[in-house]
Amino acid sequence: MLFNSTKTFLTRRALGAAIKTPVVPAVARLPVAVKLSQVRYNSSGTKEYTVRDALNEALAEELEQNPKVFILGEEVAQYNGAYKVTKGLLDRFGEKRVIDTPITEHGFAGMAVGAALHGLQPVCEFMTWNFAMQAIDQIINSGAKTHYMSGGIQPCNVTFRGPNGFAAGVAAQHSQDYSAWYGSIPGLKVVSPWSAEDAKGLLKAAIRDPNPVIVLENELLYGQSFPMSEAAQKSDFVVPIGKAKIERAGTDVTIVSLSRCVGQSLVAADNLQSKYGVSAEVINLRSVKPLDVETIVESVKKTKNLVAVESGFPMFGVGSEILALAMEYMFDTLDTPAQRVTGAEVPTPYAQGLEALSFPDEHIIEKKVAQLLRV
Amino acid sequence: MRPVLRARIPLTLPASRRAFTPSTLRPGIRQPPDSDTVRFPGAVESKFTHELSFHRPQDVPAMPTYRFINAEGVVVDKKSKLDIGKEKALKMYKDMVTASVMDLIMYDSQRQGRISFYMVSAGEEGIAVGSAAALHDEDVIYSQYREQGALMYRGYTLDEFMSQLFANKKDYGKGRNMPVHYMSERLRLFPISSPLATQIPHAVGAAYALKLDNSPNIVMCYFGEGAASEGDFHAALNIAATRDCPVVFLCRNNGYAISTPTLEQYKGDGIASRGIGYGIETIRVDGNDIMAVYAATKAARETASKRQKPVLIEAMSYRVSHHSTSDDSFAYRAKVDVEEWKRRDNPITRFRKWLEANNWWSGDEETALRTQTRKDVLRAFTKAEKESKPAVREIFTDVFKHATPELQEQREELRRIIEAYPEEYDLGEYDGGKAGI
Ligand SMILES: Cc1ncc(C[n+]2csc(CCOP(=O)(O)OP(=O)(O)O)c2C)c(N)n1
Repeated sequence: MLFNSTKTFLTRRALGAAIKTPVVPAVARLPVAVKLSQVRYNSSGTKEYTVRDALNEALAEELEQNPKVFILGEEVAQYNGAYKVTKGLLDRFGEKRVIDTPITEHGFAGMAVGAALHGLQPVCEFMTWNFAMQAIDQIINSGAKTHYMSGGIQPCNVTFRGPNGFAAGVAAQHSQDYSAWYGSIPGLKVVSPWSAEDAKGLLKAAIRDPNPVIVLENELLYGQSFPMSEAAQKSDFVVPIGKAKIERAGTDVTIVSLSRCVGQSLVAADNLQSKYGVSAEVINLRSVKPLDVETIVESVKKTKNLVAVESGFPMFGVGSEILALAMEYMFDTLDTPAQRVTGAEVPTPYAQGLEALSFPDEHIIEKKVAQLLRV
Repeated sequence: MRPVLRARIPLTLPASRRAFTPSTLRPGIRQPPDSDTVRFPGAVESKFTHELSFHRPQDVPAMPTYRFINAEGVVVDKKSKLDIGKEKALKMYKDMVTASVMDLIMYDSQRQGRISFYMVSAGEEGIAVGSAAALHDEDVIYSQYREQGALMYRGYTLDEFMSQLFANKKDYGKGRNMPVHYMSERLRLFPISSPLATQIPHAVGAAYALKLDNSPNIVMCYFGEGAASEGDFHAALNIAATRDCPVVFLCRNNGYAISTPTLEQYKGDGIASRGIGYGIETIRVDGNDIMAVYAATKAARETASKRQKPVLIEAMSYRVSHHSTSDDSFAYRAKVDVEEWKRRDNPITRFRKWLEANNWWSGDEETALRTQTRKDVLRAFTKAEKESKPAVREIFTDVFKHATPELQEQREELRRIIEAYPEEYDLGEYDGGKAGI
């Protein structure tokens, strides 16, 4: 058994004490010195990290610091994870804390919820969020609601993570963006990292947050490198959930985006600057829920124009939400009607050409903004 | 104020909803006094015992594995008579070989970047071909993704395989699905679905439809032992049993689910033991023995069709290939193990031994077959690779049965733009070119 957890939830406090006697294998006490292959150094103390390595470091640090944390999922241990995010963790932390499960998302997501109800802080990996559809009842009906329905007695500190959205050539059943799905559920927090710092800081915040948190990663970003500041390399680094980040300051238009689309929006912003002299502010949402409305409102006060960019389906999505907020809070500040750029209303096709047509790219974002500003 | 939902529920049920009056109900189960057997609603043939003992799985002998021929190709089941004449036997053999030759070529072509993804069925050709050979033409198939041999036997042509893999204009899925997600209306093969195990309850639904039609046909449902961990597997078997659905469940137990070895997938006696738990007639067969697979499937089909009952077959094999082109299995198993399996036993060589013992096959014929098959596959490959892509109008079709007015407008707009600026659009590689809109 992972921990001595035979007591019922009513004796959670007693259990908390029991849990503090860590069942951490000796190897886990090694310093969190990064054994990561792809870290590159530069002079200012900032290092280049891939998103994959940043996530791996976040997991390693939390496993190291908190004996209640354990990882479960399909092929996360022996195989190091389908996308190698959990690489080396089995060797470091042992098979009680990094566990492979049979192929039953419903089963292991439910087990994660159960372990969380019992006071642990499981991190449950889905090979992709698409497969979490099999487990959605556990995530929503149990994970998200138990705290509320138990009158606040029963928290559920579980973290669900995995790649979200489309990848390359994997068709409709492997290419959905779940930001809007989970973003609509009271009781869940939802984060969606773009850079390596986002990835590390948000995942750590998710694990520490006492609520169930959905971490929507992106397969196409795993191998991408980003600079990681000295502060972010430390093991106490977290990115607060619910705070957006202004990735690029600007004065003419606010582009609000998340995940991979942040990078595309930044490229579009540079092109808008060089081609039209348009100064675009790019906001990286980081959190889908809670959503940082204030940062958006403040930015729009300055720029008077708003475009939301996401790769989910057009209807009832993150973009729709931001435009609704614009109507509620920014109506008087806006010079132009707020716009959105989204994925196409189609189950993601396999064929390369069709797939490319299904999602926003730098060019489309640039065009949309240029049209809006009539430049 | 919110409307009161409850008000919608009538306080007294209408007559039609009151079917279960006490007089129409069957008498309930009762426990007769002094009986030595339990007659509770949940169990009716269980003897009372005064021994406090648990049933331990390790005390129950593992379900035996049926063989028709042994590894040397010698018939060991002397009782069963199989209706496999020379013609059928050779078709079965050729289809296994064709599947394996196609697999090798397509695997390499993915390595060369000519298709994006592929999954081979090496070591499992006997399960797919042998089971399909026992079906009737009108039977329905729901498969996982490693059953190309079954399609081959049914008559899915090399051109059809290649068109799907290259997502060209002849791909029934119009380029919308990943490679190896085949389908065929003609052959009653339902589209392969990526999320594991979802096809298993679908198969039960299809079987129920056949049952309501009083059809003599059955549904054949393939899946792997890994997929059998999903909830859908359990739900499907239970419903099939309780509703007496004419479906044959065939589990390919090939030792691995990507990197997860079978021994970490479950602790019971394979998948077969679960069939018994659900009240389903079950057999375990040697998957390297195509004759055994054939014999078992034929008998299972009979049960499903005539007695309207589900049947479970667990076919044991070993996945000698990598899981898919995205996998390198030597990261989690030793290459020597795989080589050993390949050398020791294989459905193709085993069946060939039997054919040769019957004097139905020779070394010359073998060489000729392999040369010809390679040629055929490569011809279909080249043709499919060059074939044009689906027509541009297909961008707008099939999200809904009938395109919405917005979609129709978008299509018209695209047509107008292309007509206005013909030089800007090179649609030569799409079916019908500019006329394809
Ligand atoms: C719901 C779901 N979870 C996970 C996967 C990823 N996945 C694809 S194939 C596979 C292994 C399946 O193994 P098995 O059913 O034994 O079939 P085999 O590949 O061995 O033929 C996994 C885990 C998936 N496709 N769907």
